[in-house]
Amino acid sequence: MKRKRTSRIPVGAPTLTRNDFKSDQDVRWCPSCGDYSILAQTQRVLPELGIPKENIVFISGIGCSSRFPYYMNTYGFHTIHGRAPTIASGVKMANPDLSVWVITGDGDALSIGGNHFIHLMRRNFDINVLLFNNRVYGLTKGQYSPTSERGQKMYQSAPIGSLDTPFNPLSLALASGATFVARSVDVHADHLRPMLKAAFEHKGTSFIEIYQNCHIFNDETFILQRKKEHKTDHTVLLEHGEPLVFGAEHDKGIRLNGFQPEVVDLTDGEHTIDDLIVHDQHAEDTTLANFLAGMSDTPDMPHPMGIFRSVQHPCYENLMTKQIRTATERMGEGDLNALLHDGETWMVS
Amino acid sequence: MRKPVEQIEAATILFAGDSGDGSQSIGTQMTETTALIGNDVATLPDYPAEIRAPAGSLAGVSGFQLHFSSEQIHTPGDLCDVLVVMNPAALKVHLHKLKPNGILIANSDNFARRNLRLAGYEEDPLESDALTKYQVFRVELTQLTRKTLETTQLSTAEIDRCKNFFALGMILWLYNRPMEYTMKWIKAKFARKPQYIEPNILALRAGNAYCDMTEQFAVSYDVKPAPFEPGTYRNIEGNMATVLGLIAASHQSGLPLVYGSYPITPASDILHGLAKYRNFGVITMQMEDEIAAVGVAIGAAFSGALGVTGSSGPGLALKAEAINLAMIAELPIVVCNIQRAGPSTGMPTKTEQSDLLQMFYGRNGESPIPIVASSRPFDCFEAVYEACRIAVKYRTPVIFLSDLYIGMGAEPWKIPELSELPEIKPNFSTSADTNDEFEPYLRDPETLARPWAKPGTLGLEHRIGGLEKSDVTGHVSYDPENHEKMVEIRAEKVARIANDIPPTEIFGAQEGDILLLGWGGTFGAIRTAAENYVAEGLPIGHVHLRHLNPFPNDLADILKRFKKILIPELNSGQLLQLIRSTYLIDAIGINKVQGQPFHVFELHAKIDEILKEIEHF
Repeated sequence: MKRKRTSRIPVGAPTLTRNDFKSDQDVRWCPSCGDYSILAQTQRVLPELGIPKENIVFISGIGCSSRFPYYMNTYGFHTIHGRAPTIASGVKMANPDLSVWVITGDGDALSIGGNHFIHLMRRNFDINVLLFNNRVYGLTKGQYSPTSERGQKMYQSAPIGSLDTPFNPLSLALASGATFVARSVDVHADHLRPMLKAAFEHKGTSFIEIYQNCHIFNDETFILQRKKEHKTDHTVLLEHGEPLVFGAEHDKGIRLNGFQPEVVDLTDGEHTIDDLIVHDQHAEDTTLANFLAGMSDTPDMPHPMGIFRSVQHPCYENLMTKQIRTATERMGEGDLNALLHDGETWMVS
Repeated sequence: MRKPVEQIEAATILFAGDSGDGSQSIGTQMTETTALIGNDVATLPDYPAEIRAPAGSLAGVSGFQLHFSSEQIHTPGDLCDVLVVMNPAALKVHLHKLKPNGILIANSDNFARRNLRLAGYEEDPLESDALTKYQVFRVELTQLTRKTLETTQLSTAEIDRCKNFFALGMILWLYNRPMEYTMKWIKAKFARKPQYIEPNILALRAGNAYCDMTEQFAVSYDVKPAPFEPGTYRNIEGNMATVLGLIAASHQSGLPLVYGSYPITPASDILHGLAKYRNFGVITMQMEDEIAAVGVAIGAAFSGALGVTGSSGPGLALKAEAINLAMIAELPIVVCNIQRAGPSTGMPTKTEQSDLLQMFYGRNGESPIPIVASSRPFDCFEAVYEACRIAVKYRTPVIFLSDLYIGMGAEPWKIPELSELPEIKPNFSTSADTNDEFEPYLRDPETLARPWAKPGTLGLEHRIGGLEKSDVTGHVSYDPENHEKMVEIRAEKVARIANDIPPTEIFGAQEGDILLLGWGGTFGAIRTAAENYVAEGLPIGHVHLRHLNPFPNDLADILKRFKKILIPELNSGQLLQLIRSTYLIDAIGINKVQGQPFHVFELHAKIDEILKEIEHF
């Protein structure tokens, strides 16, 4: 693991706690919103990262999720709709030592900010992006979003049903060259925390899609993946080097049938664990990651949870720093007076 | 025997041909040489948006005009003494700019039937009576260049690309200019393609020798050096002066420069210029769109850098929401608008100053933003530096206005001493500034600027955003009284910038009949007109505004001292509206919206008319 640029808390300094990361502002999401859980897990993980809180910046766009920075006692910037990736890029470029987190939603990241989202992924700044996906516009009161299911009735803007084909955020991130792609669930605290930590540890743009409930406008979305009683049959936990096994009794698995995923019963005597797909999150080739991302678009397939892809590529800010260093070595440190006198000059006396 | 040399005061030359004929290149070389031998010089490149329009077509004509003098000059000249045309289309487009009895040099090899037809000529104008009021020189430029270079290894197509230097050689002879600077440039330009060095130099020499030998050219001209203030000079284009101004502001303030941009004519040269200077720590980021380009500038400013973005009118339209975020967040960024002819895509390669009201008002809500405009190519350095100074001192986005005419035009520049540059002090908040809760909107009582606290500073953790915020604490607030108060504070902060503006300089009469009030790239034409009237002893003054928001404090008083206020603008009257509404005076506009700069005679016509009116009363 390469050393993170983000400077560490000196040895002997008082350790931070969850409370250190709570701001003095009242949290104003609707009761039982999934965002509460994500906020709590983030505030629990940050003290474990070993970095001073003044080096942490939360940047958001517009939407329910984007109120997040106000509740964090770190540096924060609540920007404009869809543009958080651009502002985060400027923050990180101007000070690569900062730990920069982008908080966004399905509308913010994939609709109005779609262009910035894909370009952030390909540039690979060392920035963490948390996309709270509740498949609805909550702050504007219940319009369909780019992840709403086709045909889904949204009582405000699609009373008869949405006509759009939904985006798969993970497929989009992978197609854009993302080096770290993961998925978790708002209320699965024990899964979400390690994902946040892994995103931080990854050097490069880390993208986590977080399934999230909107109790008011899209209640029970992702119910099969979120609820305890369903999730064992409807999610499959990704572990690097491990076969894709799921089910309450670990009795089911995913195998490759042609180019399609297929659920097999490990108790039927016909299939064994050796038939199953083995996860490799470090594969440079994105075929497996894309295949896993596509499973959530396939009816009746469990949705993979965990790290789909984690590969090391150079970070934009480091490449820029290197260009500056190389240019300075080659041309010497910039001399303003010499620059002003560059080229042909003449004296008038 | 040496041919006679005639002393003249000034000359204007226009090179024109197909986009690929190299008119821009030889125009630039003539400018460099002319500046280096001490003339004052001003240029006007005029080229089509198409990279290579069909050869010989009217749409594909690219021109480069330069005016040089033994006196101080401010414009690229109204009409030309010499017009060099590479084909009939160039003649058709530019002939009206040639003075009666002016010199027309035409590449007669290109006046064949096909090219004549493309230009819309029924018969060859060089053979007809159409050009009798000019001195016409028919030169077989293509054939002469081919003959000169027939022993080289170049293909005919490559040889034909050298003919512009044959033409330049002729012009250098005609105005008694040395060839050495151009030769030096050719050697540097083709350092990596050395096979082109010798042929281009040969073509240059051949053109020069041709004029010397042929009986066609009986006389050449000399323009003595112009009087300049003592100092070290260089020739500079406006966009390059902007590049240097930004680097200087970064250097003097100690703030790293982060420039976000998206390619657009005529602002791209600022991105190209800055990208070369990584050794100054300059960070340039070519982003996915205009919004991302301003986004990185805002992010960089939040991080404690000098965030800058640059574009032209259409790009500014896209950036408006983000600029407004920087306004309410009170972060220092500089937004460069190199204006071109609008609306919409408009005429991307033509000049205009029609974005002034867009910059004033083109955002939602009450959004006061300081505006600084440069008046001429070299002034871009000082003006953009001033924009950076205001941004940092007052923690606000600042708009820097330039335009295509001054951005791409060139003139001699007296290089400033670094010690002359105003101070830019970031004054970041430090951990020591707060013992309890940091208050990000607690203001400096004098400037009303808020603190600038960089992430990474212990104890100053705070949150800002686009939502209205409570005075002092910066917490989100929907309180009605607070909102009104914050709107007033933000307006007052911008208004107080006027306290930094030095007394306004009035050229010519300090009071009297007419005040010519201008801004931006019209400086040259207005000043030339003003000089002409002042020389005649008429009570006419000229004020050229650098600060457009806020206006200088003394402007109200100055406006009262003249009977008529005339505002020449390359738009339908935008400063005019602002002046009329701000000062409740009956100012008069002189307006031109043709994508072209003012001719001085156009201003004379309107001024004469007003003078007559005044006499009648």
